[in-house]
Amino acid sequence: MLTKRIIPCLDIKDGRTVKGVNFINIRDAGDPVELGASYAAQGADELVFLDISATNENRKTFVELVKQIAAHVNIPFTVGGGISSVADVAPLLEAGADKVSINSAAVRNPHLIDELAKAFGSQFVVLAVDARKIQNQWIIHTHGGSMATEKKLFSWTKEGQERGAGEILFTSMDHDGTRQGFANDPLFKLHELLKIPVIASGGAGNKQHFLEAFVLGKADATLAASLFHFGELTIPDLKNYLNTNQVTVRL
Amino acid sequence: MKMKVVVIKYNAGNIRSVAFALERLGIEFNLTDDIDQIQSADKVIFPGVGEAKSTMNYLKQKNLDKVIRELKQPVLGICLGMQLMCAHSEENDTACLGIFDETVKRFTPKANEKVPHMGWNSLALKNSWLDSTLNEQFVYFVHSYYVPLNLHTSAITDYIQPFSSAMKKDNFYAVQFHPEKSAKVGEKVLQSFLTI
Repeated sequence: MLTKRIIPCLDIKDGRTVKGVNFINIRDAGDPVELGASYAAQGADELVFLDISATNENRKTFVELVKQIAAHVNIPFTVGGGISSVADVAPLLEAGADKVSINSAAVRNPHLIDELAKAFGSQFVVLAVDARKIQNQWIIHTHGGSMATEKKLFSWTKEGQERGAGEILFTSMDHDGTRQGFANDPLFKLHELLKIPVIASGGAGNKQHFLEAFVLGKADATLAASLFHFGELTIPDLKNYLNTNQVTVRL
Repeated sequence: MKMKVVVIKYNAGNIRSVAFALERLGIEFNLTDDIDQIQSADKVIFPGVGEAKSTMNYLKQKNLDKVIRELKQPVLGICLGMQLMCAHSEENDTACLGIFDETVKRFTPKANEKVPHMGWNSLALKNSWLDSTLNEQFVYFVHSYYVPLNLHTSAITDYIQPFSSAMKKDNFYAVQFHPEKSAKVGEKVLQSFLTI
């Protein structure tokens, strides 16, 4: 049976991880390669690396980093941050990334999804969406969530699927950072609406929140950052808990 | 004498990942499309991620289709590599290498089972060349097409319906999943092949 996936997300700035990391057995908590390999060894199913300092000068540093990650990490990983063209993506895939995530650039130019899917295959294209509920509508935001757009969560993700996205990474800005649980209602609607997998992001505060995202939200995967980085929840702990509660995971 | 491992270099998506996985295992290998080198290798790895028709056209252009089909040493096809070893693929109605006499079919999605089949799923070994400790272990899949169960199936995975996740015929070995991305279990799969 296909398992539900647990995905730690690492924010990268100038080739280093940001946000505090509180890990035992890590020599250098700022080193994305060592941290990624450590998560892989603990049983993470995939990893996401987001380049939050994405600029043209930093792009080369990031590509170099992706090569290092690919050399040392034995599970699939997605990279994202500032990707706006096929030309941006080619070096990342060449460096060994398994998937790329696109966000603001796709909202600006939806055709980018078609181009990437055609050039590299749908399985390489993760459409990341940040949304917030405003007057009973889930509104897509861009630029790290700071800018509201005209797009709505359900129609936009459906369009993304039609254009060739292979997966949706949905972050609820209303839940992100609250540690009160994932946005299970819109997750369930996305599950009903879409044929492609949905990764839930934003709001993880404890083990039960992951269980709810899988059972109530029907998410295919869950993503979290600080909860794992601060060592408050370990991946083996989480997976054992999910397994005990009849969620199929890779142990 | 040292074993000579060749990874066939062509326009496939996961070649670098396969190369990295071999490096992590400390295996020396040659990444090449040179026909002499491929033919004289002890073990040949035929990776693959991409679309069947354009890949077959590329292989034909380079004469690699004939070369692969006639290899006598152990050959491991990975993902699209495995599918191209079959007779035919429904993906853009493509004639393939014909090593396995099978047709590659497209998954029909079900309500709770989406296509592509993406993520970690388990192996049920069947008279397998794979190390017996790999039974019921999880490996990483990404694919929309599958090879049905057949006489040469050496591992079964269940998604939408049971399909061939590994096969073997004569000197040809094949896996639908990505050993290069399947953590420790994947490394064991590569070891299984390299120690044949």
